[in-house]
Amino acid sequence: MDKVIIAENLSLSYKEFETIISKATFSINSGEFVFITGASGSGKSTLLKSFYGAIEPRQGNLSVGGVKMNRISTSKLNFLRRHIGIVFQDYKLIKEWTIEKNVMLPLIISGYTGDVSGAQVQKLLGHVKLTHQAGKYPPELSGGEQQRVAMARALAHNPILILADEPTGNLDEYSSSVIWSLLEGANTQLKTTVIVVTHHIPEGLKVPYKHYHIEFGNINEIS
Amino acid sequence: MKSLKNHISLIIALFTVLASVQIYVAVDRTIAAYESHLKSDYSVIVVANKAFTPKEFTTMSSMIERSEPISTAQVLERLKGEMSEKNLALLKLTLPKFYRIYLNRFPTPNEINNLQKKLQRNTAIERVEGFSQTHDTVYKLMLLFKDVVQVFSIAIAAVTSLLILKEMRLWQFQHAERMNIMALFGAPVWLRSAVLFRLAIVDAIIATLILCFAFFIIDYYGILTLPLKEIGINVQLFNFVNDALRSLAISLGISIALTFTIVMFHSEEE
Repeated sequence: MDKVIIAENLSLSYKEFETIISKATFSINSGEFVFITGASGSGKSTLLKSFYGAIEPRQGNLSVGGVKMNRISTSKLNFLRRHIGIVFQDYKLIKEWTIEKNVMLPLIISGYTGDVSGAQVQKLLGHVKLTHQAGKYPPELSGGEQQRVAMARALAHNPILILADEPTGNLDEYSSSVIWSLLEGANTQLKTTVIVVTHHIPEGLKVPYKHYHIEFGNINEIS
Repeated sequence: MKSLKNHISLIIALFTVLASVQIYVAVDRTIAAYESHLKSDYSVIVVANKAFTPKEFTTMSSMIERSEPISTAQVLERLKGEMSEKNLALLKLTLPKFYRIYLNRFPTPNEINNLQKKLQRNTAIERVEGFSQTHDTVYKLMLLFKDVVQVFSIAIAAVTSLLILKEMRLWQFQHAERMNIMALFGAPVWLRSAVLFRLAIVDAIIATLILCFAFFIIDYYGILTLPLKEIGINVQLFNFVNDALRSLAISLGISIALTFTIVMFHSEEE
């Protein structure tokens, strides 16, 4: 089975003497559903950031989708990010753009034509039950709706990897269930690798998953 | 409203830079026209003890355009009643030859000195009068005026460029969130900052159009050209094709260079 993420003695830190993740060695296979848990400030989000190149390894090696993340060039990083879908707790939608255009963003960046991206966006907005909101702007939507838009955006370009940072942290039950079912669907139907950083693993999940827990800078596999 | 305010601030700043450059160009043209006006009035007087042909003068210096002899007939006519015919004929023979020499450009004080020295190297030339005193004062005033305008133009352009840079920093802050989000999805730098470049280009074009319109009005109603005409200076202060193209190039150059600078110094949010 192909490995999407390989970490060898990976250490992460923002400052030189303040290690957040220490000498972690683990790998994530293609098509896996992975949860990363840990207390607040344990380094879950930092680890996720290292997967999309927002923070570079301090020590050790990290490879994502076959791309080495140590001293990665901007062009390589951009290329990698075009194959990753990211969902943030604070949605990170472009306020000046309509919902439709926000979902279209990864397709615009990847250079898809208007017809192809238009059809894909309509399909995804249907999946997240927001077709009727397509022409609205993010501030006009509730938090749950905005996160569903962010979820649709993360899926728009059929990424090989979805990274989700507390995707249901502030959401109501309905929006949470939509998000989880979309993540499950992407994993089971499209064989997309899904990595979710969360405080609580939801109950009743239908997909098998791997669970890593971070404590005192160490990453331990739970199940 | 905020965005419109930002646009207007940049347009005004760009317009100021373009106007200062255009004013400098207009002053330069006015001085060139004034030099040409002075040149047509200006001549050097040469006193020689033998007759010179115009060709002989032109071979002495490349600055000499033409020469003409100054007739002594009027002076001799005046003396007719006071002197005998014989003495008058003798005087006519011994009287030196006077020449007025016209130059092909308005000379600098140094050029006049050099010309005087060159002419006086010829032993037949007794005296050269360049009227350098009068000439020096006018010319030095003109150069001083040109220098003052140049210094002001550079100062205005420098200060305004800093204002533009500051204005664009504000734009960057306004667009930083969008640029960061686009970066997270792998957008290349040109795509992330496309909106900044688009705004800068549009504002540069608007500033150039306003400048062209302002100078068109000045030119059309002769606001400056008519008073200049009255003192004998015929000058076209604004050349629509060349000046408009130059202004557009400057405006686009400044705005694109500054946008490029802020894009390059933009650091991605983690």
